[in-house]
Amino acid sequence: MARARSPANTKPYAANPLKSSAPLGAALAFLGMDRCLPLLHGSQGCTAFALVLLVRHFREAIPLQTTAMNELTTILGGMDNVEEALGTIFQRAGPRLIGLISTALTETRGEDMVADLRAMRSRHPDWQTLDVVPVSAPDYHGALETGWSRAVTAMIETLTEPGDRTRSLRQVNLLPGSHLGPGDVDELRGVIEAFGLDPVVLPDLAGSLDGRVPDRYTPTTLGGTRSEDVRTLGRARLTIAVGEQMRAPAQALHRLCGVPFAVYDRLTGLDGADALVVKLAETSGVPVPPALRRDRSRLLDAMLDCHMTFAGKRVALAGDPDLLIALGALVAEMGATVIRVVASTPSPVLARLPAQAADVGDLDDLEQALATDPGGCDLLIANSHGQPIAQRLGMPLYRAGFPVTDRFGVPHRVTVGYRGTRSLLFDLANGLLAHGSGPCQEVCHDPFVAPAVAAH
Amino acid sequence: MATPKPETLFERPECAHNRAKTTAERRGGCAAATNLKPGAAAGGCAFDGAKICLQPIADCAHLTHGPMGCEGNSWDSRHSLSSGPELYRTGLTTDLSELDIIHGGEAKLHRAIGAVIERFDPKAVFVYATCVSALIGDDVEAVAAQAAKAFGRPVIPVDAPGFVGSKSLGNRLGGEALFRHVIGTREPAETTDTDLVILGEYNVAGEMWQVTPLLARLGIRVAATITGDGRYDAIASCHRSRLAFVVCSQAMVTLAHALQDRYGIPYLEGSFYGIGDTSRSLRAIVDGLIARGAPVTLRGRCEALIAEEEARAWAALEPYRARLAGKRVLLYTGGVKSWSVIAALQEIGMQVVGTSVRKSTAEDKAKATALLGAEANLFGQMPAREMDALFRNGGADILVSGGRSQFTALKAKLPWLDINQERPHAYAGYTGMVGFVRQLDACLNNPIWPQVRKPAPWAAGAA
Repeated sequence: MARARSPANTKPYAANPLKSSAPLGAALAFLGMDRCLPLLHGSQGCTAFALVLLVRHFREAIPLQTTAMNELTTILGGMDNVEEALGTIFQRAGPRLIGLISTALTETRGEDMVADLRAMRSRHPDWQTLDVVPVSAPDYHGALETGWSRAVTAMIETLTEPGDRTRSLRQVNLLPGSHLGPGDVDELRGVIEAFGLDPVVLPDLAGSLDGRVPDRYTPTTLGGTRSEDVRTLGRARLTIAVGEQMRAPAQALHRLCGVPFAVYDRLTGLDGADALVVKLAETSGVPVPPALRRDRSRLLDAMLDCHMTFAGKRVALAGDPDLLIALGALVAEMGATVIRVVASTPSPVLARLPAQAADVGDLDDLEQALATDPGGCDLLIANSHGQPIAQRLGMPLYRAGFPVTDRFGVPHRVTVGYRGTRSLLFDLANGLLAHGSGPCQEVCHDPFVAPAVAAH
Repeated sequence: MATPKPETLFERPECAHNRAKTTAERRGGCAAATNLKPGAAAGGCAFDGAKICLQPIADCAHLTHGPMGCEGNSWDSRHSLSSGPELYRTGLTTDLSELDIIHGGEAKLHRAIGAVIERFDPKAVFVYATCVSALIGDDVEAVAAQAAKAFGRPVIPVDAPGFVGSKSLGNRLGGEALFRHVIGTREPAETTDTDLVILGEYNVAGEMWQVTPLLARLGIRVAATITGDGRYDAIASCHRSRLAFVVCSQAMVTLAHALQDRYGIPYLEGSFYGIGDTSRSLRAIVDGLIARGAPVTLRGRCEALIAEEEARAWAALEPYRARLAGKRVLLYTGGVKSWSVIAALQEIGMQVVGTSVRKSTAEDKAKATALLGAEANLFGQMPAREMDALFRNGGADILVSGGRSQFTALKAKLPWLDINQERPHAYAGYTGMVGFVRQLDACLNNPIWPQVRKPAPWAAGAA
C-alpha cells in the first residue's frame, strides 16, 4: 500500500524533532509498575528533561531519579554512582522495583550493567526485597516506543520465572504499546474480563497514572503491575501484544515460558476491534457478550453518521509508528486520504500504512511537504509540537502521541475497541468540522500565551 | 581548551555567596558546580542552563550537537517570548546516531550548520556541545570557527555539556560564550547617554515587557537585553552601553563583571519583583546613568513616575485586602523571590508562614528575616514528604512555588500558584505584582476547595 521510504533521510540534522528519547520511553514503562522508581543512568539533565515532559503530559507527580554522572565519573565508569543511587533510593523511598536505564552518555563509554549489578547485589544482602531491572536504551537508538519495548522485554527477561508450566485456564497477558494510555488499558481490561478471562497487564499505566488523589504521599509509583505478577506471566494461556513494538517482549516470554502470543498492529477501527473480540471468544469458548455486541452496533452507527465528514478529506500524521498505524488506518477506513506520514523511527508497520507517502523524519520535513502540497491538508494529527505548524499552515490539529502538554485529559482518552473507536471517530470528525465551519480556535489563539500555556 | 575551568566561573570575589563565606570556605570553591548526589539529585544540567540563557535570542538558530535526548526532550518548552522572529523556537539537533558516535560527529556538525543556515537564514548559529559530543572528543569550537568561515555567518560554540555541572553553571557558561564570541563584534548604529543593557532577564511570559515601558517613559534606551526577546546585533554591540543592570544576579553576575573589566561598563544588581523593589531598581538605574553622564533631570522624572505607579498599584491591590487578609502563604522558590514578594503579600494582610532560601544570598536571607521578624521560618530544601505533612496538617493555605512541587500541593488539596520558569503569567514590575495578587485570589478563593475537601457522602464523618 504505502511507499515506505525508510531512513533515506540524509539530512545532517533534525529540525523540530518528533522523537522523544528511548530512555524516556523506558522510564514511562516502569511508571506502570507498582512501588517503582525508574533511575536514568546519565547526567542529571537526562532525568530533568524527561521528568518535566512526563509531568506536563500526565499532570502527575512523576518519580524519576538520576545517577548524576559528571565528567569524571563518566570517564572512570559510573557503577559507583549506580551503587550509591540504588542505595540512596532504597533507603529513602523503599521501592519494590527500580528500573535502571542507560542513556547515550553511559552507552557511549560502554558499561556492563548486568554483570556489575550482579556483583553489587552480592555486596548488599539488605536489597533482598528490591528488584532491579537493567535496561539498555541509549538515546541514539530509536524513539520513545523503542525504550518502552526494551524496558518491558528487560522486565520479562529479568523477573519472569522461566520454564514451560501448567497453564492457567483464565490468565491472559496484555502487553500494551507505549501509544496506549491509562484509558485504553482500562478499556482492554474490561473487554478481556467480559469473556471471563483474567488479564495481567504489563505495564499497567491505568494502575499508576490514571489521575487520582491518593490519601498519602508516596515517593514511588502507587499502583500498577506488581513484580510478583511479572514473575508468573509464564502461566498465561495467551499473550496479547498491542503494537509492533510489543512483538519483542511477547517473543521473549514465548522463548522463556512457551506462552503463545498474538501481535496486533492495532485494536483501533472496526477490524482491529473485531480481531481482538474474535480471539477472546475463541480463547475463552465464551460467546461474545451482549454488551460488546451492542458496543459494536453503536460503532457501526457512528461510522454511518460520520463517514461523509471523512470522505475525501486529506489527513497528515506524525508520531511513533504504532500510533501512526492505529490512527492512519482508521481515517483511511473512514474514507479520508492519508496524504503524508512522518514517523519518528523506522518500523515494519510503516510498510503496512495506507498512506501515499511515509517517511522517517521530523516535523520540519512534514511542514515543508505540506506547505508545498497543492492539494492542501484538512487535518494534522501530531503531538503538541504540531501546534505552531498547524497554525502557520492554517489547518486544524488533533493532538495525539507524546507529549501533549497543552490539552487536558489526553492520556485518559479511550481509542481502542468498539467504544474507543467510536469516541475517537467523534473527536476526529469534530476536528474536521471545526476546519470546515469557519475559523477554528487552533488558528486564532497565540500559541505561546493563550490557553496552550495557561493550562499547566 | 581555552574555556575557563567551570570552578573559576563561581569564583567571583564580589558574589554575595562568596562574601558571606569564611576564607577557608571560599578556598573550598563553590559546591554548586559539582555537588550532585546520585539517587537524590534534582534539577537541570549545564546544557539546560546554557540553553535557558541563550535560546531567547530570537533571530538565531540554536543547534544542539548531541543525541536525541538532549533536544528532543526539551525543545520549545521554555516560555521566553519574542516580539518578532520565531526562529529561536525551532528545535535543531544533529541527532547523533550510533554510527556518528563511532566515526566522530565533527563532519556531520559542519554539514548541519551549513544546512541550517541554508534552510533558516539565521543571524547566527549557536552550537551547543553535549555530554556525548564531549565524550567522543568532538571539537565544537574548531568546527564552529571553520563553519563561520565557510558559510560567512557567525557560529558561536557553547561549551556546556550537561555533565560539567548544574543548570546554574550552564547559565554562566552561556554568558561566557556571549562574552568571548559575540559581545563587541559589532558597533552600534547609534548610542545615547542613557543606553542600558539588561542581563539575566529572559522575558518569561513577557515579564520584561512589564518593565521596559517604564524605562521608555523615562527616556532610557534599552540597548540590549541578555537575553529576553534578544536580537543578535543588539547583543553584539551592547559593549557601548553606559550601564548594565543584572536582574537575576546568581546567573549573570559573571558576565556583568567581565563587561565591567573589559569595557568599563559598571553594573548594578536588582529585581523587578515586588512594588518596592521595582521602585528601588528604577532609582538605582537612574542614579547609575546620571553618574555616567545622563541628565540629572532624569531623577525628578523617575520620582514622579514611581509615585504615580506605586499609588496606582496599591489602589489596584486594595480590593483584594478583604479577600486575602489572614491567609497563610508558604513561599517555596529561592533567590531574590524568597523575599521580594513578601512585602507585597504582607501589605495586603497575608501571612507568610515560611520561605525557602535555596540559592539565596546572605543578603537575601537578611532581607527575608527583616520582613518576617524574629520568628521567621527560613528553610532550605523541604523534602516532598515533609511538605505533604505540613499541608495535610493545615500548616498553610496556599503554596507559591515552581512546577516541581505543584503536585505536592494539589494532591494534598491545597491551592498552588506557579512562580518559576514555566509560569504562564507575568509577575514583574507594578502591573505584574497586581497580576500576581489577582492570581493568588483566583487560586485561593476558587469554589472547588470546599468541594474537593469534603468527604464522600458515604464516608464516615460525612454530613
